[in-house]
Amino acid sequence: MDFGPSDEPVALKILIAGGFGVGKTTLVGAISEIRPLRTEEVLSDRGIGIDDVEGVEGKTTTTVAMDFGRITIREGLVVYLFGTPGQERFWFMWDELSYGALGAVVLADTRRLTDCFPSIDYFEQRGTPFIVAVNCFDGAEQYEAEDVRVALDLDPDVPVLLCDVRRRASAKNVLVTLVEHSLKVLTASQR
Amino acid sequence: MTQWMDEEAGPIVRPYALIGGRTRSSGDELDLIAMVTATGAVTSSGFVPGPEQERILSLVTTATSVADVASELDLPLGVVRVLLGDLQDHQLISIGRASASERILKEVINGLRAL
Repeated sequence: MDFGPSDEPVALKILIAGGFGVGKTTLVGAISEIRPLRTEEVLSDRGIGIDDVEGVEGKTTTTVAMDFGRITIREGLVVYLFGTPGQERFWFMWDELSYGALGAVVLADTRRLTDCFPSIDYFEQRGTPFIVAVNCFDGAEQYEAEDVRVALDLDPDVPVLLCDVRRRASAKNVLVTLVEHSLKVLTASQR
Repeated sequence: MTQWMDEEAGPIVRPYALIGGRTRSSGDELDLIAMVTATGAVTSSGFVPGPEQERILSLVTTATSVADVASELDLPLGVVRVLLGDLQDHQLISIGRASASERILKEVINGLRAL
């Protein structure tokens, strides 16, 4: 195998999705170098009543600050982790983020399982390979991964695993599971 | 004058003033993780890169993603896309987007395990 410097640099994109406060940022921080990103987006009417534009009614864009994570596998091979915005009014950003994505991790909290339904629907419809990682919060009742699969009505091929996003080893395991799943999907599509 | 300039004070020049108020360019469709590399070409046809574009050019002597360029320059993504679009139009940068092969994914899996 040729891993020489002549190789074209490759960047891969992984999405971290799930409801508000489920641990997306914690997961990214546990495993990668965090970098800030400013993006200016058009204010949709969904922002009305949420964004205070009094006195600046002519304002049509808003700055959305987001972080992303970067993992350098080797020179010329980098994995980027993008958390999908939790608020509904940022749905329009999802298409940009998921374009060309290798796959997605949907983080779930068993106390608020319905929060991850929109993410699952989105990736199923788009055909983006995804896994479900159940973040085991302190004090939350522990479930088996299989119980979660049934509750979410997931396809049998979709991996489901339990994790603790604060722990680096656990975060690593989540990402490895996703990339293995994406590889499986890729190989199957090439047959 | 630098004593008056800090993050709290905000930018001296509003971001979209850097690009003459434009919000669209040929850089519109640039993916967040498209890789930008300086071609090393000499500027032609009277195009003079602005200070931000000079910063970009010195940053991308090795391939750098669009997201990293925006993060490094601390400018909104929309502004960076316009700046990159201009540079691309004048062949000062090349933009690549290699897709993941089976071999690359296996390498990523091993690399992640080794972290």
